[in-house]
Amino acid sequence: MPLWKIAWRSVQRRSLASMLTAFSMALGVMLVVAVLLIHGIIAESFRNNASLGYNLIMGAKGGRLQLVLNTVFYLSEPVENIPYAFYEQYLPAEKRSDGKDGELADYVDRVIPVCLGDYYKQYRLVGTTPEMFDDYVYNEDTGDKYEFAEGRNFVQFDEEHGFFEAVVGAKVARDTGLKVGDTIMATHGSVEGDEHPDQFYVVGVLKSSGTPIDRAAFVNMEGFYLLDGHALPIKDETGTEGETPNATKIAEEAEIIDKSIPAAKRKRTPLAKERREVTALLVKTSPIISRGLSNMVNEGPDAQAVFPVGEITALFNRIVRPFQQILLILTAMICVVSGISILVSIYNSMSDRRREIAIMRALGAGRRTVMAVVLLESIILSMGGGFMGWVGGHALITAAAPRIEAETGVTIGPFDMAPPVNLLALMSDDPIYLNGQKFEEINVSTEWILIPGLMILAVLVGFIPALAAYRTDVADALTSNP
Amino acid sequence: MLKLKNVKKSYTEPNGDELPVLEIEDFELGKGEQSVLVGRSGGGKTTLLHVIAGISRPDCGSVMIDGLDITRLPEAGADRFRAERIGYVFQTFNLMSGFTALENVMLGMTFSRGRRDTQRATNLLEQVGLGHRLQHKPTELSVGEQQRVAVARSLANRPKLLLADEPTANVDPANQQHVIDLIRESCLNEQVSLLMVTHASEVANQFDRVDRLDEINKVVAQSATPE
Repeated sequence: MPLWKIAWRSVQRRSLASMLTAFSMALGVMLVVAVLLIHGIIAESFRNNASLGYNLIMGAKGGRLQLVLNTVFYLSEPVENIPYAFYEQYLPAEKRSDGKDGELADYVDRVIPVCLGDYYKQYRLVGTTPEMFDDYVYNEDTGDKYEFAEGRNFVQFDEEHGFFEAVVGAKVARDTGLKVGDTIMATHGSVEGDEHPDQFYVVGVLKSSGTPIDRAAFVNMEGFYLLDGHALPIKDETGTEGETPNATKIAEEAEIIDKSIPAAKRKRTPLAKERREVTALLVKTSPIISRGLSNMVNEGPDAQAVFPVGEITALFNRIVRPFQQILLILTAMICVVSGISILVSIYNSMSDRRREIAIMRALGAGRRTVMAVVLLESIILSMGGGFMGWVGGHALITAAAPRIEAETGVTIGPFDMAPPVNLLALMSDDPIYLNGQKFEEINVSTEWILIPGLMILAVLVGFIPALAAYRTDVADALTSNP
Repeated sequence: MLKLKNVKKSYTEPNGDELPVLEIEDFELGKGEQSVLVGRSGGGKTTLLHVIAGISRPDCGSVMIDGLDITRLPEAGADRFRAERIGYVFQTFNLMSGFTALENVMLGMTFSRGRRDTQRATNLLEQVGLGHRLQHKPTELSVGEQQRVAVARSLANRPKLLLADEPTANVDPANQQHVIDLIRESCLNEQVSLLMVTHASEVANQFDRVDRLDEINKVVAQSATPE
C-alpha cells in the first residue's frame, strides 16, 4: 500500500477537521490566485492601453504623466494646448492646404491630433480626425482594429451633418443608451461646465475594445473647433489679442438670429488654421527615430514628447505594484496562517494517532516512514486545499470576467493564468546553458510557483507533528490503553 | 530459530532508580515449534515479546532469530527485519480503524521489501473465514472477526516467527478457541514458529510446550509470588 494512501486514510478518518483545515488553506490560496490574476489583468490593461498604435505623445510642456493620463486614459486634469502649426509640421502634402509636405512629415508613420477639454456627461469628449478609427490597428501584436457595433465612422464633412458628426465608445453607449441618430451636446471645460448649444450627430457606436476608447465620445475635430470658445482670439500685427473679424462677428450674430437652425447647417466654414490649437498628437514612428524626434521636440519651445509605455510602466512600478505587493504579502500571510491551522490540526491529532504510529512501527515501519506519512498528510491537506483554492480563485475571476472585460477590456477565461515571471532572473544574472542551448529567461506563471510554495509550506508545518511521530515510543504507545 | 542469551532489560523509574524487568539466561524455540508462555501480570511477558520483535532493545544479551542477532542491527535494520521475518498478533488487535480488512492485511506488506500481494492478502482473509468481509472496516466487524484480520495481517509477509500477545484476551469465549486454532493451524501450514503469551490455562493446556516466565525470567523468579 503506498504511503500516500495511508496518509489519505488518516485524512479521511478525521474528515471534518481535515475538511476545515483544507478549506482554510483553500481560502488563502483563492485570495492569492485572485490577487495574482487581478495583478495580471491590471498590468496587461495598463500595458495594452499605454500604446494604442502609437509610441510617442506630443503635448504642451508640463507634467509628463498628466499628458499621458489625459491623452491615453482620458483621466486627470486637462493639459494646455500646442499650436496647430506644430501639428502641421508632421502632415504630408495631401493633408495640408498648402500642398507641401510638413518638414517633419517624413519622420513619422502616422500622426493623429486630439483636442480635449470638453465633456459629454461624465465622459471625455475628444475632438480628432477620422483617422483615429479608419483602418487603424491599435494592437500590432494581434492586429486588432477599432470596429463599429453600429453605424460608421464620422467624416470630415457630411452634407447632412456638416462638421458635426460623432462616434461614441462602447461603455458610453452602454451607460447612456446612445445610439446612431441620437445627438449629443458637449459641456465646456468640465463635467459641470456650460453646455455648448451646438449638437453633434451620433453616426457610430464602437465595439468594446477594452481600451480607454470605450470610455469616451469622439467628435470631428472640425466641428469641435466651431464650438463656442474653442477658437483662439485673433491677434493683431503687434501680437495683441484683438476683436474677432467682422465676418465672424456677422456670422455669430446670424447664429443668434437663426438659433433654431442646427449648427450642422449654420456652421459650414472650417475654422481658420491660425485660430486653431490641438491638445496633443498621437505619433507612430519607428523606434530608431522616436528617440531623436523626442529629444528634438523636448529641446524646442512648443511641446514635449513622452513615451507613454515608459510613463505608464513607471507609474505602475511606483504606485500600483507596491499596493499589489502588499496585498500579495497579506494574502500569502493568510496562507501561512492556514498552514499553521494544518499544523495545529495534525499536532492535536497526534495523541490519537500515537497508537496508529506504534502499530505501523510494530509492523516494521521505520521512524522515517511514519514521519513521511505525517508529512504526506500535511501535503495532502495543503495541496488539496490549494487546488480547491486555485479552482475557487479562477471561478471568482471567471464570474467577474464580464465586468472586468467591460471595465478594462481584458478578456479572461477560466484557465487563463497569472502573468509569468522570469525564474532565471530570480536565481542568477547570467544565462544558463542546457544541452548546449542558451536560456536567458525561463518564464513561468506565478500561479505555478504556488505548487512548490505550498509544498514547502506543507513540509514546514508538517515537520513538528512529523517529528512527534518520529519520536513516538512504540513500546509505550502499544502498551498504553487504546 | 529463536535464541535468547543473557538478555537483560530494565526500565528507569521516575525517581531515577533502575527497575529490572527481564533477565533471561537462555531461551530457545525451534523452527516451526509452538510454545506458550505463561506468567503473572507485570511479569515482563509483553516486554519479552517487544525485545524479541526488536521493538525494545535489551540492555544486554543477544536475540538471535533465523541466525541473525536482532540486537546488533541498527534501528532501521531491525524495523525491516521485523517487517519481513516477524508476525505480531496483539491483545487489542491493533487494526487501523480507517482501513478495510484487506487494507489492514496489505499494510503488513507495506513496510517490507516484498511484493504487495493483494491475492495473498485476499487468500489469508479467506483462510480465516473473512473472504466476504474484505472491504469492511474494523468498526463493521465483530471482535472475533477483528482478531482474525489481525492474524491474517501477522502472516502476510510469510514470517519465520509469530509472536502472539494474549490474542484471546479480548475475544468472547465462543470465539477464543477458534482464534487459537486459527493461529496454530496457520503457523503449522506456513512452518512458522509460534510464541504465544497467555493468561488462560485452558489455552496453555493445548500446547505441547509451555514455558513459565517465573522459571525463565530470573527477575520474576527472585521477586514475587508465583502465579
